[in-house]
Amino acid sequence: MIGKTKVRANAQEAMVGLRDGMRMMAGGFGLSGNAEHCIAEIARRRVTDLTVISNNCGNQGQGLAVLLKNRQIRRVVCSFVGGNPDLAEQYAAGTVEVELNPQGTLAERIRAGGAGLGGFYTPTGVGTVVAEGKEVRELDGRRYVLETPLRADYAIVRAAVGDVDGNLRFFRTARSFNPLCAMAAEVTVAEVDRLVGRGELDPDDVHLPGIFVDHIFEAREHANVIEHRTTRGPKP
Amino acid sequence: MSWSKDDMVRRAAAELEDGQYVNLGIGMPTEVANHLPADVRVVLHSENGLLGMGPFPYDDEVDPQIINAGKQTVTVLPGGSVFDSALSFAMIRGGHIDVAVLGGLEVACNGDLANWTVPGKMTTGMGGAMDLAAGARRVIVLQTHVAKDGKPKLVARLTLPPTALGCTARVITDLGVFDPAGDHFVCVERAPGVDEGQVRTGTGANVTF
Repeated sequence: MIGKTKVRANAQEAMVGLRDGMRMMAGGFGLSGNAEHCIAEIARRRVTDLTVISNNCGNQGQGLAVLLKNRQIRRVVCSFVGGNPDLAEQYAAGTVEVELNPQGTLAERIRAGGAGLGGFYTPTGVGTVVAEGKEVRELDGRRYVLETPLRADYAIVRAAVGDVDGNLRFFRTARSFNPLCAMAAEVTVAEVDRLVGRGELDPDDVHLPGIFVDHIFEAREHANVIEHRTTRGPKP
Repeated sequence: MSWSKDDMVRRAAAELEDGQYVNLGIGMPTEVANHLPADVRVVLHSENGLLGMGPFPYDDEVDPQIINAGKQTVTVLPGGSVFDSALSFAMIRGGHIDVAVLGGLEVACNGDLANWTVPGKMTTGMGGAMDLAAGARRVIVLQTHVAKDGKPKLVARLTLPPTALGCTARVITDLGVFDPAGDHFVCVERAPGVDEGQVRTGTGANVTF
């Protein structure tokens, strides 16, 4: 590939252009699949007045909840606030605005933002609080709500493997919102557990093409916090 | 006499057919997986992006990057697959999920379901509940017949904010099995020892037997 390299040494070098008031997308589901080093860097840089678009805004005081504790977040667009005392407290106190979306609507709004669509009609939310103030249209005998696309200034995503061209491969359910967020931002930073050279990821194994990634760095150490460790005991 | 939680879960499991793609909600519905008849194999969907969800891992198999929608650690069965959240909800809204078994707070006799929030209480958010209720081909609700304070949870019209309208095919409670039928419920089955009077008293809508 001709041109600038996307590879950065670490989160500090990768996260250029952070500023107050940004709209920030963050991949993952709960505390799984979080770009942990990117979140730590945002905390360190103390940018404030952020709008965070993420299925959960951290949980149990960890992940993006660290930014809530630091009072860096003004608005959260998410689908679920359960298990997140920091968000519940600031939402109740009115210091953080929360816009709840059905999870599938949130995912599709982000996808639409990244795919250049002006919106979509979904059956989800018809007749509920979600449809209030939105166009409802009947198509082929079924009612649908018009939902608008979401875009962001910045996205932070996590993948298992990335190559120097920004091609990403995810692991298991850590994929969730990561590839969607990566598509829908002006600047996307990918934090990968393992960075490999050009050609080491087979084209058929690329889950997200590098066209959506601006900066990539390797971070081998992750906390990978488990919210609910559930097992069936020792192996017999 | 009425059904225990275990009986209710078993009754819900009997609704599932071999080969179906099934999403089980958080709480009691999750238990349905443990009570499937031996000759029924279903593929479990978890809306965070997993088909072919297996049981909880053994202690030494726990992986923080393999979780279900309740953020519990789980396993992936051979033949399973993983995908992003947009594709996962495309499966749900697109009618590819045959059955969703969901918890309920109220079901109306026209099939309207309320199960995501109670006014005046701190909300947890709807998560995937609205998509599942509106999108799954068949929605089965698993809930107690009346609330802790004795208020009916099978009602003529919802008093709580709806999750989706007209979506419920069947409700399984501790008193029996009930199908919304427009302006009344049809009692398909009564738990042993439960009489018609008991059902009528506990239901906030007309019931036929």
